Amino acid sequence: MSARSARSAPGRRVGDRAATDLVGYLLRLGDDALIAAQRLAEWSSRAPEMEEDIALTNIALDQLGAARALLTYAGELEGAGRDEDDLAYLRTDREFANCLLVELPNGDFAVTMAKLLFLAAYQHPLYGWLAGSADDRLAGIAAKARKESAYHLEHAALWTVRLGDGTDESHRRMRAAVDEVWPYTHELFATDDLLERLDKAGVAVNPAAVRDGWLDTVEKVLDEATLTRPVDGWTPGGGRRGLHTEHLSYLLAEMQVVHRAHPGATW
Amino acid sequence: MYDVDAQGGGLLDEVEAAEAALRAAAERGAQAGGAGRERFDALIAADQKIEPRDWMPEAYRRTLVRQIAQHAHSEIIGMQPEGNWITRAPSLKRKASLLAKVQDEAGHGLYLYAAAETLGVGRDELVDLLLAGRQKYSSIFNYPTLTWADMGAIGWLVDGAAIVNQVPLCRCSYGPYARAMIRICKEESFHQRQGYEILYTLAHGTPAQHQMAQDAVDRWWYPSLAMFGPPDGESTHSAQSMAWKIKRFSNDELRQRFVDMCAQQIGALGLRIPDPDLRWNDERGAYDYTQPDYAELMRVIAGDGPCNRRRMAHRRRAQADGAWVREAVVAHAKKAADAKKAAAA
Repeated sequence: MSARSARSAPGRRVGDRAATDLVGYLLRLGDDALIAAQRLAEWSSRAPEMEEDIALTNIALDQLGAARALLTYAGELEGAGRDEDDLAYLRTDREFANCLLVELPNGDFAVTMAKLLFLAAYQHPLYGWLAGSADDRLAGIAAKARKESAYHLEHAALWTVRLGDGTDESHRRMRAAVDEVWPYTHELFATDDLLERLDKAGVAVNPAAVRDGWLDTVEKVLDEATLTRPVDGWTPGGGRRGLHTEHLSYLLAEMQVVHRAHPGATW
Repeated sequence: MYDVDAQGGGLLDEVEAAEAALRAAAERGAQAGGAGRERFDALIAADQKIEPRDWMPEAYRRTLVRQIAQHAHSEIIGMQPEGNWITRAPSLKRKASLLAKVQDEAGHGLYLYAAAETLGVGRDELVDLLLAGRQKYSSIFNYPTLTWADMGAIGWLVDGAAIVNQVPLCRCSYGPYARAMIRICKEESFHQRQGYEILYTLAHGTPAQHQMAQDAVDRWWYPSLAMFGPPDGESTHSAQSMAWKIKRFSNDELRQRFVDMCAQQIGALGLRIPDPDLRWNDERGAYDYTQPDYAELMRVIAGDGPCNRRRMAHRRRAQADGAWVREAVVAHAKKAADAKKAAAA
């Protein structure tokens, strides 16, 4: 659910704005991780090498683990009796708060690696900051996720360099992938009232503050990969407010189909 | 609630015993004297392991390559029927378990290709043989996974049959294969338990879930029985493999063991096995059961199962789509090596 509907959710345990803000924020983080996991899982049995099949699944499992912890916490804090599965399987696409980057289709392996590089270079410092959050439980979740995202970043950087500085074809594909995905990175650093309030409270960091570090990391990798940073221009966004690309609804339809066909069932 | 441990535990005990025997054989050291065939025969007779540097008959090597490769290919192709449900798993916990399970299968494929490599054939060569249709994989993976309950039925029946088949391989005479099987069996028994638990939850859930579980058991029962291969009288490779201690029990012995195990577990599941003639035979001390349709097994092995074409097309596509990535890895490694050389010069 979006931050806005969290504010009007009935029966919540904590009535103050700080708690509803945190619910909204946890959903953003949790949905980023969940949708990233869902896309990465699509690679299972399709990767270019068997070792890479295992690596992509590892990263999907890390993201899924973080998503479960974040959504469980969001549900408990909301106090409306929703658990991780209610939040994952019974919200509609307009209620998902993930960034657009993670819902983009996998494309070829280069597109998947560009998406992972940009996401991990954002999640790693973000989780690093959140590990010191004023909210202890969020800090605990972030501390674990930070270690995992260090590996994701290393993995994506390694592949970006190999592909960028590999054959002519791999260079062409990696360059096209970086160009295609780049515009979607701006949304990661966009700020709004909710983020500013959480920032002031010491619960979350305003993501605009981590962009310099992100750029530094990404530019180094692109440079080593003999690629150039694309020019900033188009800045698609809206995911945090539940305004997604056309892709998300299909992703959710697939993810939710069995769960929704059996209301109230236990799995 | 349910107790799969009694059976799964018994099999796991056998895996542990095989591991202990393997260690003991290694500690005893090779006591067989002589060389060449004489030494090979003596090692086999003494239940010691043949290792990659030992002399072995060419036919022994060929048999092992064929069997280990088929087993490795089965792990890799076997990722598809279950991978089919990862994106639709009905809870996040089940999604995580299924992802991890399919990942384990990729890992098993890697150990087995590595075991085959000790016999002088590379993974790439074996994968090419699979893709060219010149080596087989287990025919069970040519059946479709039609509902979520199939994840339970595959875990309970298909992994269960695989374990019954594989536990004796932990004592196989070829050391690297025996060691790979010990590792694999330990993980497989965990998978079987997971499958049983999925089926149990469905069977005790809503009427629609119960029906889904029964339907899955109905569809997977006979193909699982067929996993043990043709009846003993018609099995082409068996006698020599038994003499070499690659194979330890006959197809029919293992199939019976599997039927007995399932017949004991089905009650707690609250489901039924789709065989009206399944009943305990006091005289034999085993369950009587209806044989699977071996003509169907032969058709599926020959390529006319419901999913043979789909499974192979999927593998070929993954291989073809990844070609440019693998080429890039080689090109990048060469550039890096050249740069290092230039820097040193």
